[in-house]
Amino acid sequence: MEKTITSVNVEKKSFTYETQKRWLGVVFSLPALVLLFTFLILPVVLAFVYSFMNYNMLNPDGKEFTGLDNYIRLFKDAVFLTALKNTLYFTALVVPIQSAVALGLALLVNKKVKAAGLGRIFFFSPVVTSMVVVAILWTFLYNVDSGLINNTLNFFGIENQPFLLSPDQAMNSIIFMSVWQAAGFQMMIFLAGLKEVPEELYEAAEMDGANVWQKFRNVTIPSISHVTGFVLIITTIQAFRLFIQPYVMTNGGPSDSTKTLVFMLYENGFQFRDVGYSSAIAVVFFIIVLAASLILKKVLKQ
Amino acid sequence: MRHQTKQKIGKTVTTLAILLLGFLFIAPLLWMIVASLKPETLIFKDMGIAAFLPKDMTLDNYIQILFSDRANFFHYMWNSLFSVSMIVIFGLIVNSLCAYALVKLKFPGSDFILIVIIALYVVPFESMLIPLYIVVNNFGWINEYPALIVPFIASAFNIFLFRQFFMGIPKELEEAAMLDGANPWQTFWKVVVPNSKPVFATAAILTFVSHWSDFMWPLIVATDESIRTVQVGIQYLFTDNNIEYGQIMAALSLTTIPVILIFVFFQRYYVQGITSSGVKG
Repeated sequence: MEKTITSVNVEKKSFTYETQKRWLGVVFSLPALVLLFTFLILPVVLAFVYSFMNYNMLNPDGKEFTGLDNYIRLFKDAVFLTALKNTLYFTALVVPIQSAVALGLALLVNKKVKAAGLGRIFFFSPVVTSMVVVAILWTFLYNVDSGLINNTLNFFGIENQPFLLSPDQAMNSIIFMSVWQAAGFQMMIFLAGLKEVPEELYEAAEMDGANVWQKFRNVTIPSISHVTGFVLIITTIQAFRLFIQPYVMTNGGPSDSTKTLVFMLYENGFQFRDVGYSSAIAVVFFIIVLAASLILKKVLKQ
Repeated sequence: MRHQTKQKIGKTVTTLAILLLGFLFIAPLLWMIVASLKPETLIFKDMGIAAFLPKDMTLDNYIQILFSDRANFFHYMWNSLFSVSMIVIFGLIVNSLCAYALVKLKFPGSDFILIVIIALYVVPFESMLIPLYIVVNNFGWINEYPALIVPFIASAFNIFLFRQFFMGIPKELEEAAMLDGANPWQTFWKVVVPNSKPVFATAAILTFVSHWSDFMWPLIVATDESIRTVQVGIQYLFTDNNIEYGQIMAALSLTTIPVILIFVFFQRYYVQGITSSGVKG
């Protein structure tokens, strides 16, 4: 008798609790969902819509649908092709270099030495430093006549380099700086992966007489392959977004050598106020980033 | 014995490599801080090793940048601190509640919503920059604080982060609370939140550091000096016609030191956030 009463009570209690749960689920998630809709989903949809329109912020009443006009203009625009080329060049160099540097640093600070903790902080410090700060600082460092880098090169008998002032060196200078700034981030991810490699695997390899390189090649690399895949994908997405460095350091120059897709998107949207054209760049940019990460995902799975 | 000496040599080589490379990574930042404490004339005169050694130390650059009429850097710092703190505080509430609702209080459609949120995470911010500007402009927020805060409160990444953590909370804890007569709100507030402090710390730190560094968005919505943020503020100082290098170095240091301190003290939470997003997910 007593038993049934309590079980009925629990059931009743849990019944009201279940309905309450569903309602509160809606209420709790609503603020975030409304915000995400207004400031994320809506703008993404609008970017697609505007990309098919002739729409200038200076003349908002004159907007009209013009079909594929913006896209046709885009692929005839020499500046766009330069920006696309520059963005791909940056990505193609930064991704492998940065990932390799990051893996090297991770292997170093994964060793059981006292300096490892300090090393982690040193290598990671540029990551928490904002890109604007880094870009300004390195503009001083890259200065042709009074920069610390040229001064150091002089010390080793190398003459002054133009760096940011030369169309041939500007993008490479930005790449070098970007690797320095962000390698610590990927290092942390690699480090987490390295920590999960079972010690027994190394011991077994050692018993088989493997040397350092063989251990790295046959134990470390296969064991962290999922981490490597993740690092490559996020680094690629990050690289495509290149904007602050050219904006602060070179203003896209010299002679458009550091103009990127996002730089062009910004320029057309906020300097020329051409919403339609800028949105077309945004859509193409979005598709390229999405395609690159999907292709990478597929390739890395094999 | 021979094995031991070999190990010792290996350790020494590793230590030396870490310290040497570590210096290369820290050198630009070290130069920035040392130069910010030097008089203007010495900054580009001290080269080589001298660039990293303090000389004729003075706080003049800091006093000038913070309290003179020329640059209102103190105000820029306040603008950034205020807007980023608001994003963090409201973000923690809104995103954790949403994640809790989607994971634990399932309702019709909640699984689908979760998939959409995870998919949204891949949209690069730049691709919606212009339409977002138009939306915010329609609210009349250009050059107002809400433009810097409201669009960034809800975050797909943070919802995902909370979801990962909440999934690991045992069902028994909630059932016990339910049998004690707690409603879902009380369960969240009294059982889930106190057991999830690490994920709240991680979300707060990652959000703070990433929005402290924001540049592109404030550049276009906070053009007015009264609401200018630090990152845009230093860019203006940098492009000023009569550039004062010492003051810029002081401004760069002031922008950077708080974030480096946060990292050094809360390293554990920071790293957890970075790695949990990828390695285990």
